[in-house]
Amino acid sequence: MDETILAEKEAMLESIRSDVADFGKERRDLIPILQMIQERHAYLSPEAIKTVAEHLDIPTCEVFGVATFYNQFRFHPPGRHPIKVCLGTACHVRAGDIILENFERKLGIRDGETTSDKEFSIERVACVGCCALAPVALVGETVHGKMAPSKVEGLLLRIQIEKEKAERERREEEEK
Amino acid sequence: MKLVNLSINDKEIQAEEGMPLLQVCLDNDIYVPNLCYLEGMEEPHASCRLCFVEIEGRPVASCTVKVRDALVVRTDTEQVRRLQRTALQFLLSTHHVNCKECPANKKCELQRIAKFLKVGLKPKHLEQHLKDIETDDSHPVLNYYPNRCVLCGKCIYVCRKKHGHALLTFAKRGIHTVISFYGKEDMERLPGKECLACVKICPVSAITLKA
Repeated sequence: MDETILAEKEAMLESIRSDVADFGKERRDLIPILQMIQERHAYLSPEAIKTVAEHLDIPTCEVFGVATFYNQFRFHPPGRHPIKVCLGTACHVRAGDIILENFERKLGIRDGETTSDKEFSIERVACVGCCALAPVALVGETVHGKMAPSKVEGLLLRIQIEKEKAERERREEEEK
Repeated sequence: MKLVNLSINDKEIQAEEGMPLLQVCLDNDIYVPNLCYLEGMEEPHASCRLCFVEIEGRPVASCTVKVRDALVVRTDTEQVRRLQRTALQFLLSTHHVNCKECPANKKCELQRIAKFLKVGLKPKHLEQHLKDIETDDSHPVLNYYPNRCVLCGKCIYVCRKKHGHALLTFAKRGIHTVISFYGKEDMERLPGKECLACVKICPVSAITLKA
């Protein structure tokens, strides 16, 4: 398992290195490069940031400073079940922040982060377009309206059970 | 070099034309609270909002005013003091006031300015907004304390002056802004313990050498 992750990381870095080489080395190239990496790999890893810094010959921390200023860049890979909690006006009024807090506490991560088993990531978003159902959370592509703190655990549990079930079925399939 | 005459708090003062007004005040023993200004800055970024003075009835940040002839300045009007107190209280509302255990105690610029402006260190009408991380120990030889930091940017300035580029930077945005070394830098590219410019310049001991 660890080896495949390592190999994936290495492959990603290799592809970033060759992609970055196509860009200029001026300061104005920094944001386009970061956008390109994020678009192709969904996040900016520490190694990716270092690669960019080396390409532009600027300190790593400067790349980090620029990247963290913008909301569009993420620094953790999205999980298999990305959770998006809406904090738009309607959801905010309906205490969406408490829903977010609940997800954070249950999963032990902060918004913008990913659990260590890569199953879940939490993100805050601004309006998903169904304010009448506020407060709203998205798990993957599924919208969960009229969320309540008590529903959070159930949601996570259901995903967990579904995952176990799928695994069991797969194992049975293999045994046959 | 051309000398100009100006008046600060009814005192006649001669100064070099084009000097930052804040510098002229300080050189003439007229204290104006300030956190982010350093002598010799080409373009002070005026981010601490403490160095207000009044010129022709208007408050202006004195670090950004270039001295010219016949300027009439007051540094101690009620209007100016009110702005300074508010700015300081905002800074204190994101500051972990724990002077007893803080290495900056008694040489801290915040303490000094609070005393000068007669502001309590714990503003009662403002909510405290502290950052979750008390210590950032990602740097190999330095520690950073986000809840002490006043984000004056002096460390970044001196670092850039000394090394040609800054090895620390502002990261994130708004109320989440912190100074970051970004720990993934290679050790060979860092001066390590050789250069402690940022530690020495910090007015509130938010960057310290690892114990």
